Amino acid sequence: MTAATIVPPKASTRARATSKARGGAGPATYFVALLLVGVMLVPILYIVLGGFRTNAQITTDPAGFPSPWKLDNYIDVLTSSTFWREVVNSAIVALATSAVVVAAGLMVSFVLARYSFRGRGALYALFAAGLMFPVTVAITPLYIVVRDIGLMNHLGGVILPQIGFALPTTIIILVPFLRAIPAEIEEAASIDGAGKLGFFFRMVLPLSLPGVITTGILAFVGSWNSYLLPLFILNDEGSFTLPLGVQAFSSQYSVDTAKVLAFTSLSMLPALVFFSLFERRIVGGLQGAVKG
Amino acid sequence: MSDSSVNPLAVKDSQHDRAVVGAGSSPAPTPAARPRRRGVGWRARFEIAILSGPAVLLFVGFVIFPVCLAAYYGFFRWKGYGKPTDFVGLNNYKIILTDPEFHAALGHNVFIVIASLVLQGPIAIGFALLLNRPMRFRSLVRVLIFVPYVVSEVIVGTGFSLMLQSDGAFNGFLDKIGLGSLAHDWLSDPDIAIWTLMAIISWKYIGFAVILFMAALQNIPDELFEAAAIDGASYWQIQRNITLPLLGPTLRIWAFLSIIGSLQLFDLVYIVWGQYVAGTAGVSTMATYMVQYGRTAGNFGYGSAVAVVLFVISLIIALVYQRFVLRRDTEGALTDKAAR
Repeated sequence: MTAATIVPPKASTRARATSKARGGAGPATYFVALLLVGVMLVPILYIVLGGFRTNAQITTDPAGFPSPWKLDNYIDVLTSSTFWREVVNSAIVALATSAVVVAAGLMVSFVLARYSFRGRGALYALFAAGLMFPVTVAITPLYIVVRDIGLMNHLGGVILPQIGFALPTTIIILVPFLRAIPAEIEEAASIDGAGKLGFFFRMVLPLSLPGVITTGILAFVGSWNSYLLPLFILNDEGSFTLPLGVQAFSSQYSVDTAKVLAFTSLSMLPALVFFSLFERRIVGGLQGAVKG
Repeated sequence: MSDSSVNPLAVKDSQHDRAVVGAGSSPAPTPAARPRRRGVGWRARFEIAILSGPAVLLFVGFVIFPVCLAAYYGFFRWKGYGKPTDFVGLNNYKIILTDPEFHAALGHNVFIVIASLVLQGPIAIGFALLLNRPMRFRSLVRVLIFVPYVVSEVIVGTGFSLMLQSDGAFNGFLDKIGLGSLAHDWLSDPDIAIWTLMAIISWKYIGFAVILFMAALQNIPDELFEAAAIDGASYWQIQRNITLPLLGPTLRIWAFLSIIGSLQLFDLVYIVWGQYVAGTAGVSTMATYMVQYGRTAGNFGYGSAVAVVLFVISLIIALVYQRFVLRRDTEGALTDKAAR
C-alpha cells in the first residue's frame, strides 16, 4: 500500500539532473503518447460511435463516423426492460459481493494481523494458497456444488462463490494495512478500557477505510465484469447479469450490428464511470497489491 | 482477470517475516508487539472464531472444497447426475494427455505465455519510460491507457469480433487509407488468428503493465540519477544501468502475473471465437478445451480431470518461477525488512 510515493521537492540543480535522467518531453514524446492513447481508445470509440449509426451506414462504410447521428439504437436499449433488469442483477451481485468480501475479509485480516495464536500461519497460508486457484480451475465442480445446494439461476449462486474467490486478494491487501496500525493506538485503547473488539470497531474500522475502499472497488469491478461463473450458474434469461446479457444480445441480434454496439457501450458505461471516479484508488490498489 | 492481480511476493514476504521475526509479531520493533503476546484465553479464542468464521467458511466451501472435488471427480466417467459410480482410474488423464486437440490447446497457451512476455514487456517498459518524462496531461494519459483493463472481457470481445470481421471496420479502415491489400480475415484464418488474439490481449492488458512500471520508476530515488548525471552518464546509459536493474523486481512480478493469466485464458477466446470455432482457428486454450469437452459436452468427470491438469501445470510453473526467479526478490525484501 505504498502506492502514493512522496516525491521530494526538487531544487533547481536537482531538477536539471533528473530531467537528464527522466528525459525531457519534446514534441516526439507527445506524439507517441497521443498515438498510444489513440490506439487504446479507438476500439472503445468504435463501440460508442457505432451505436449512433444505422446498419446501412455500417454496411456501406464500416469505418466511418455517424452521419447523420441516430439516437434510435440507444433509445431502444434504454427503454428495453431486458437491459435494466440485467443492470439491476449486475448491481445486486456486485454490491453484495463487495460488501460481504470487505466485511468478512476485514474481520479475518484483523485476526491475522492483530492476534497471535497457534495456526495463524496456517490460516494465512490457506488464504494465500487461494491465489493459486483461479475460478477457471474450480468451475466444473463449483457448478455442481451450487446446483446441489439449489442455487442454480439464483444470483446467490454467483455471489457466494465470488466472495470466496475474492477473499485472498482482499486479505493480502488488508493484512499489511492492519499490521501497520501502531501498537501504541491499541495500547491506548486498551488503557481506556476497550477490549480487542472495541479496538476493532472504534479504531481499526475508521483507520483502515482507505484499504477497505480499495478492496471493495476491486471486488466490485471484478464482479461487474465477471463472465465465466455467471455463464455456468445463470442459464435463465431473467437472472442474466450484464456480461451474459451482452453476449445473448449480440447473438440474438447478430444482424443488427448498430443495436449490439449501443447495448455494449451502455453496458460498459457504469464500469467506466465508476473507474473514472475511483481511478486513483483502483490504480493505487493494484500497484499496492503487487508491490506488497 | 483482475482476480489474478495479487502479489505472490507479499505472501512469501509475510511468511518469511514470521519465520524470521518470530510468530506473533509484525515487522514493527519487538517491544511494541509484546502486549499482544498474552496467552490465548477463551475470550480471545471466541473472538478469533467469530471474526474469522465467515471468511473461512465461504473460502473453504466455495474454493477449497470444489477444487478437491475436481480431483475426486476426475477419476470417474460421470455425466453430472447422481453419485459418480463409474470409476475409471487414470483413464480420463490418459485421454487428455494423448488427445491432439489438448496438445494443440496447450501449445497455444505456451505460445501466448511467451508472446505476451516478449511483446508486452519491452513495449510496456518503453511506454513507461516515455510517460515518466515530465509532461502535461500525464495523469490524464495514465487514466486513458488504463481504460481497456477496466472494460470487461465480454465487451472487448464483442467489440473486437465486430471490428475484425472480414467486412468489418478494421478492413474498411485499411481500405480507406489505401492499404486495402493488407485486409485479411483476421479471425478465422488459422495462420493469423493467434496473432489477432495476441493483439487483443496486448491491447487489453498492457495498460496494467505500464501502470506498474510507471509506479516503479517513480520510486527510484532522484539521488541515483543525480549521481549518474554528475558522473556524465547519458540518458540511455542511465536507463540501461540504473532504471532497468531497479525495475527488475516489478518486472519479475508482472511476468509472473502475466504467465498465470495466459495459462488460464478463457473469456476473450470464448467470446470472440465462440466455443466451436476456436479449435479450427487455432486459438483454443486449455480452459476453452475444458469447457467444451467438460460442461458443454456434459462430461463432468472429464472436465474435472482437465481442470486438474490445468491446475497442476499452472502450479508447477508457478513454483518453478518462484523458486528460480522470484527468490532473489524475496531475499532482498527480507534483508530489507530485517534492516529496518
